[in-house]
Amino acid sequence: MRHWADRLVAFLLALALLVAALPARAATYEEALQRFTADDFEESEAGIGEVAESGNPLTAQVLTALRDGRLLYSPEKKQVFIKDLQDRVLDAASGQPIVGDAPADIDTVNVNNRLRRTIDAVLGALTLLDPDPGKRYAAAQAVFKSKDENVLPALDKVIARETNARVKKAMNEARAAIVLSSDAAEADKVAAIAVIRERGDQDSLALLSSLPADAPPAMKRAATEAIGSIEHGLALWNTVQNAWYGLSLGSVLLLAAIGLAITFGVMGVINMAHGEMVMIGAYVTFVVQEIIRARNPALFDYSLLIALPLAFLISGGVGILIERGVIRFLYGRPLETLLATWGLSLILQQAVRTAFGPTNREVGAPSWMSGAFELGQLTITYNRLWIICFSLLVFVALIGLLRLTRLGLEMRAVTQNRAMAAAMGIATSRIDALTFGLGSGIAGLAGVALSQIDNVSPNLGQGYIIDSFMVVVFGGVGNLWGTLVGALSLGIANKFLEPFAGAVLGKIAILVLIILFIQKRPRGLFALKGRAVEA
Amino acid sequence: MITGFVARSFDRGAVAFLVVLAALAVLVPALNLLLPPSSPFHVPTYLVSLFGKYVCYALLALSIDLIWGYCGILSLGHGAFFALGGYAMGMYLMRQIGARGVYANPILPDFMVFLNWPALPPYWYGFQHFPYAALMVLLVPGVLAFVFGWFAFRSRVTGVYLSIITQALTYALMLGFFRNNFGFGGNNGLTDFKDILGFNVQAPGTRAALFTISVVALMLGFVICRAIVASKFGKVLIAIRDAEARTRFLGYRVESYKLFVFTLSACMAGVAGALYVPQVGIINPSEFAPANSIEAVIWVAVGGRGTLTGAAIGAVLVNYAKTYFTSGALAPYWLFALGGLFVFVTLVLPRGIVGTLRHWQSERRARTPARAAAPEPVVAAPRPAE
Repeated sequence: MRHWADRLVAFLLALALLVAALPARAATYEEALQRFTADDFEESEAGIGEVAESGNPLTAQVLTALRDGRLLYSPEKKQVFIKDLQDRVLDAASGQPIVGDAPADIDTVNVNNRLRRTIDAVLGALTLLDPDPGKRYAAAQAVFKSKDENVLPALDKVIARETNARVKKAMNEARAAIVLSSDAAEADKVAAIAVIRERGDQDSLALLSSLPADAPPAMKRAATEAIGSIEHGLALWNTVQNAWYGLSLGSVLLLAAIGLAITFGVMGVINMAHGEMVMIGAYVTFVVQEIIRARNPALFDYSLLIALPLAFLISGGVGILIERGVIRFLYGRPLETLLATWGLSLILQQAVRTAFGPTNREVGAPSWMSGAFELGQLTITYNRLWIICFSLLVFVALIGLLRLTRLGLEMRAVTQNRAMAAAMGIATSRIDALTFGLGSGIAGLAGVALSQIDNVSPNLGQGYIIDSFMVVVFGGVGNLWGTLVGALSLGIANKFLEPFAGAVLGKIAILVLIILFIQKRPRGLFALKGRAVEA
Repeated sequence: MITGFVARSFDRGAVAFLVVLAALAVLVPALNLLLPPSSPFHVPTYLVSLFGKYVCYALLALSIDLIWGYCGILSLGHGAFFALGGYAMGMYLMRQIGARGVYANPILPDFMVFLNWPALPPYWYGFQHFPYAALMVLLVPGVLAFVFGWFAFRSRVTGVYLSIITQALTYALMLGFFRNNFGFGGNNGLTDFKDILGFNVQAPGTRAALFTISVVALMLGFVICRAIVASKFGKVLIAIRDAEARTRFLGYRVESYKLFVFTLSACMAGVAGALYVPQVGIINPSEFAPANSIEAVIWVAVGGRGTLTGAAIGAVLVNYAKTYFTSGALAPYWLFALGGLFVFVTLVLPRGIVGTLRHWQSERRARTPARAAAPEPVVAAPRPAE
């Protein structure tokens, strides 16, 4: 029912539109089409109006074809054809493909810019009546940008019967934009400014700033105030946006650093190969996706979920191998550990480069991670949102593991007093290996997440290692909460510095600030206290 | 007294090292310049430059060994001081190009003309004078190290923390120098040098002279380091390395000792960089890469930390290996080899080559007369890198 009502109103509106523009003469659709066979701009303009007036379902198709230069005519047969996007020739009167060959004298109906504008306006008015609210919203936004006065009467009628609040608001804004650029009365314009002010985005700011200088004082005052208010609102949104970006960067840093916080903070081992564990996790994702693409594309949406446990196991396994093979011989010699793990990182990088090539590998995003939604003036992409959730989830899981499980208890015991823990029957070397494996496994999880937002290349880990160390050092060694606070505050500080200083200088400023901060609090924000510090 | 000092500072190994260096400083240029290219003993000019490069690396390694081997400060950012010295020299060489650049601007270097800079930025003033540039080669790394060390050592940032923030320092500098508006040529750095002190940089004579100067600088650096570590001051440094807290409790101002030796080491690294640039013909921000600084540390570890001669030997050996690997079909395996070297040296050869040799020697010496002599006094085992 609704659908038909829409059609009817569309027809009436188009009619109203034309009554304003043209001398009224009811014409049938077929008669209207005949106007185009003259291939004369005046005639075509009349034709456009009459076609719209006819309310025929082919109206939109004919007008779009005309605008795009796909409307053909045959002067001899007085017939009009549409060439569709597949290059088939349709009879404009019936919408069916023609039988046999097209007439020999077939030619394109010419259009000029004036005609194109008229077509756009008519089409815009037609879409304003579309049954789909999304399309109506888009049409209103298009009108807001085009500010075409021809649409105004149609718009007024549509606004009166629009029920969707969001679409109605957009239409009102579009109407205000038209009023502002037309020669309407001053009071109307002031009211329009108020509507635009409510909208409050960059476009409205541009619209208000472009008002003519010779506008009446009342209007000027309203505009100035509105500009001030919009700028204020935009600055606020800008802050929110910076905070969001910062949160997003912070969550990435958290993911990269949290595994390091375990190995460096809990075990006191500097693992320069930590970034390579992240890289391995990303390559695991790549391999999983390749296999899924080849074997069972239907599973693609689950590829990340499949990759997560695999990345944890593989990175964790490599970590345990490294601990058993190299690091356990170097306990108590942190600087040597640093050098040895740096060597390992070179080997791992080169191994991956040999196996997968030096170039970036493509890792796709599953459907539930692509796309974005709007929140006020803020665009939030799903992948960033998921990564924030994921990093917090990993953090909580890790805290839970350390607090609540037997393994966590033993880890904490070994951290606090190795000799006493050993005396209580804890196999300390086994715990060392497991702790290192856990830290590396978490790095692997980070790699799965980072594969969604960063280039998967052998150098992936290198980019994060210094930042992660900064996070751990800033937050305080041996304290996971410090890592959380450190990661988020560094991420947010970075994004707030960027607009003032640019990305690179902002980063330098952060590094310098951390270097200075370490002078003040050499053991980070959340320093361990007591005897453990000097041990 | 002087003779006593000399005797204390220079054992047989040190004298042998200096003699070999002096012989090199004379022989290599002579074989290059005096013999005809057809002679089997002729050293081609490219090799002279290559050796010169190794010698500069050796000086850098020496400066790292002074602070790491004798004072326990592991700097992962010494490449920054090396590169800063190099940039100071590069700026002098850029100003010497004058109107011979692509854009023929008598004052502005090409990249500034390209970026439409109206005038020379103030920090480029004075670099057309060699003495000023030479002073800056020492001063810029020195002052940076002094300020950095002042903050770091006073607040007792030690061990791995210090290593990580030195790494952050060189990383921050690298990011900065990559920027065009920093005024140091951005990504491309400084290159296309024409002449130094009026001599053509490309000429074989200049190359040979630069090589000799580099070797002399290495000898000088070695003598200074040797004198320091053999003096009472050096003993305090070793005490700081082995037990920093104890040394402090004995009444020594640990941070002053560290600051002095760190600054000196940075100046040496700066000189190494300054000599490196004219021989290589380019300086760009990748010299600041943290990986370079860590690689320099491994030279010292391979040769033997705390041996001085070992650092220089390690630098030459590793870099020769690098040249050998990366110039042939083995290029893809160089990083495997380098990475393996890091692991091998730390696990199997913690004393390095020279350190292990000395260890064998002293053990053998201890074994032969040990039966007669009293047992060695028990000394607290040094804890490396506390």
